[in-house]
Amino acid sequence: MNWLLEPSVSTFGPDIDRLYYIILVITGIVFVLTEGLLIYFLVRYRKRPDRRAEYIHGSTRAEVLWTLGPLVIVLMLGFMSKPVWDRAKDPAHFPEDALELTVSARQFEWESYYPGAGGDPDAQDAFSILNRVHVPVGEPVILHLEAEDVIHSFFVPRFRVKQDAIPGRTIPVWFEITEPGEYELGCAELCGIGHYLMDGVVVVQSRAEFDAWRAEQHAAALGGTGAAQLAGSGDLDGAPADGPVAEGGL
Amino acid sequence: MSTPTAREKTDWDIPHYAGDHHEELSFIRKYVFSTDHKVIAVQFLVMSLVFLALGGFLALLMRWQLGFPGQPLPGGTLLPETMAPGGIILPEFYNSLVTMHGTFMIFFAIMPLLVGVFGNLLIPLQIGAPDMAFPKLNMASFWMAVPAGLIMLASFWVEGGAAGAGWTAYAPLSASGDFTGVYLGQQLWLLSLFILGFSSIAGAVNYITTVINMRAPGLTWFRLPLTVWALFITAVLVLLAMPILAGALIMLLTDQTIGTTFFLPEHGGEPLLWQHLFWFFGHPEVYILILPAFGIVSELLSNGARKAIFGYHAMVLAIAAIAFLGWIVWGHHMFMSGMNPMLGTTFMVTTLAIAVPSAIKVFNWLGTLWKGNIHFHVPFLHAAAFVALFIIGGLSGIFMASAPVDIHIHDTYFIVAHLHYVLFGGSLFAIFGGIIYWFPKMFGRMMNPFWGHVHFVGTFVFYNLVFFPMHGLGLEGMMRRLYDPTQYAWLADLQPWNVFITWAVFGLLAVQVVFFVNFVASIWTGRKAEANPWQANSLEWSVPSPPPHGNFEAMPIVYRGAYEYSPPDRKEDFILQNEPPRDPVGDRVEPEPQPTGGLEGSE
Ligand code: HEM
Ligand SMILES: [Cu+2]
Ligand SMILES: [Cu+2]
Repeated sequence: MNWLLEPSVSTFGPDIDRLYYIILVITGIVFVLTEGLLIYFLVRYRKRPDRRAEYIHGSTRAEVLWTLGPLVIVLMLGFMSKPVWDRAKDPAHFPEDALELTVSARQFEWESYYPGAGGDPDAQDAFSILNRVHVPVGEPVILHLEAEDVIHSFFVPRFRVKQDAIPGRTIPVWFEITEPGEYELGCAELCGIGHYLMDGVVVVQSRAEFDAWRAEQHAAALGGTGAAQLAGSGDLDGAPADGPVAEGGL
Repeated sequence: MSTPTAREKTDWDIPHYAGDHHEELSFIRKYVFSTDHKVIAVQFLVMSLVFLALGGFLALLMRWQLGFPGQPLPGGTLLPETMAPGGIILPEFYNSLVTMHGTFMIFFAIMPLLVGVFGNLLIPLQIGAPDMAFPKLNMASFWMAVPAGLIMLASFWVEGGAAGAGWTAYAPLSASGDFTGVYLGQQLWLLSLFILGFSSIAGAVNYITTVINMRAPGLTWFRLPLTVWALFITAVLVLLAMPILAGALIMLLTDQTIGTTFFLPEHGGEPLLWQHLFWFFGHPEVYILILPAFGIVSELLSNGARKAIFGYHAMVLAIAAIAFLGWIVWGHHMFMSGMNPMLGTTFMVTTLAIAVPSAIKVFNWLGTLWKGNIHFHVPFLHAAAFVALFIIGGLSGIFMASAPVDIHIHDTYFIVAHLHYVLFGGSLFAIFGGIIYWFPKMFGRMMNPFWGHVHFVGTFVFYNLVFFPMHGLGLEGMMRRLYDPTQYAWLADLQPWNVFITWAVFGLLAVQVVFFVNFVASIWTGRKAEANPWQANSLEWSVPSPPPHGNFEAMPIVYRGAYEYSPPDRKEDFILQNEPPRDPVGDRVEPEPQPTGGLEGSE
């Protein structure tokens, strides 16, 4: 049992983690006080033949106190949560000039669509890859999340990102990652019998690496190969669903 | 013993109190199609304990797969090929297990235990009424719940298996069998809950009417036991919430069967509509699953501590506040659903606010113990455990209520931990305590206290071993409803925890056998119970165990509240609500009978 979170690697992640720790401390204190009091009362006021319970029905002062106390605490938590929530989720607060991609979920795989070098999603050199998302480090990224069949949920624990993908809608998700690396992506919403097979990877690269990788893909797309070569398919017998980084396979 | 004084004092002509009934009922009318609220309570009890056991068994199958993914289940070859060929649980069967475990536990175990059993048993007895306002409707309520349960159960064996879209049945996964391979199973799921909804509504109408109209003279609203308050407010929630579910179920059923597209986006439907409808019902539903437990626990704590409920009015207000706020928090289940983030903020604030009345309840329970003289009887132990565990469930709720923190923990095992702390640690502990406490009023005997202690300690320990580590799994990112966590590299490392939890579940279920055996054996061999074995105050303890048909020999008259424990001017540390007071000279004070609407409604 570990109450510490694995460090987050997104720009808004530390804000979320700070809130988490604040709540952990507050609830921790409340937990110790209330459970401590419970145990103390159980021991202190256990039945004794010579004692009688006191005839007390309550105290208005105590009621007011323990109504206002929690109220102040939760209101405070609300005020602290709102800016963090807005920053992470509200499109009005999303950064400008982010790298924009489309990620589409289907039973039981993820597909990331990269527009052509000129920015045209229908260009000849546009390409897509399965169960992987490549993004540059230190730059804002907006994923336009779509679903083709049922609801899935795009979950990258280390990013502190989770967003349901809903068929019939496109939902923007943003993040900016501060450390390069390969981060596991999962599906957090029950989506059918292959729900447990929807693992993927988000590859966070330096700008140079990212550009080189993308150029390669553009070229491959023009050459008529491209995504198909990189990607397997997320089929149900648990065959490795992704490229070289499939760690979780059979 | 019934109160002879009450009989002396009233010359009310009440045709249907006990003693006036002399005709013998046939076996069928007495035990099967009975209109006696106490018999119906026992019927609900038997039904829900069967489904509780079944739900536990389904959980064990799930845990086997989670602890030992892909390994054949011991004895699993007994299961059909379509569920577990060679004893290995299939992913589609696993999804059915997840769905049906949640469905059975919520709709066919906890809800009927709290509302069906305690509502039926306690409302008439604690308000001094001979029966429910509409005894035949009451009977119908039970006999609608049974086929609903059987339909649900039967769906395991239809082609495609039982529903597999989760107890929350999110569309579009649930809206078309093409996505799951489950057609008929999902439809039976919908049909079953639809029928169960009628059962619940019939019960709710009855409870509301009975409490409003049939309270004994002198039993004012603020003299009611908190169980009655809680069950009354719960009934209001049921009456308002079930029709919403019923509407949503029908829409989903027509999407499934006759080609409507309420929730299917290709033709203009809206998947999120299902979630809004479901949780607009669903959040009040989770309070339906806890408010009666609040009432039971208040009763048990006060009785054990021999002390009045601390802040009775605050307790009533807190229940009412929770019931009201419960209608405007549903969006906290949908923070990640893609609904407008502005709405997320609104629901975050209301959800945080609902933690306040929950806190008030906990503080008042602690206040009740303060300066008490605590008798650690088995029901009391369950109530104390309830408080300890509900604190944990309430506090974990705060994490999830903060929408940004919920980003990380939504749809993970953290949620599973939370809901089991409130529903198992909370509701089910209250239910165990309540069954043991009121067992004499159902069966005329006491349950064995030694085995009661064994069951209590074992359950408390194993329960925490099972569910506490789930908080950690959730924080590490382990998703809910996952057939095989080892498929994810970051979850494979957590496998030792999953194995540990699975073994703990074996322990937890094994201990439940103690309860079931104690329960069944005590019906025939338990110590015969006197009228008031716990030396409690409320009206059910003024009549024999079990009470006769019609409950009270004459209409009781109530002189005081239900929690007058350890009054200073008495040797005993309790006083029945209907024991007439004495004036300083020793004569009885004339009561002020308050007709509360008469009994025309009774059969
Ligand atoms: C302090 C009071 C409480 C708060 C603040 C609270 C908050 C929440 C929140 C925010 C969620 C959604 C989390 C998510 O899915 O991401 C949730 C889920 C849940 N809560 Fe609570 N809760 C509280 C008390 C209760 C009580 C008393 C019950 C029932 C007895 C309950 C039963 C549930 C259940 C069953 C779920 C999970 C539903 C599902 O997705 O399957 N909660 N709670
Ligand atoms: Cu999924
Ligand atoms: Cu809720």
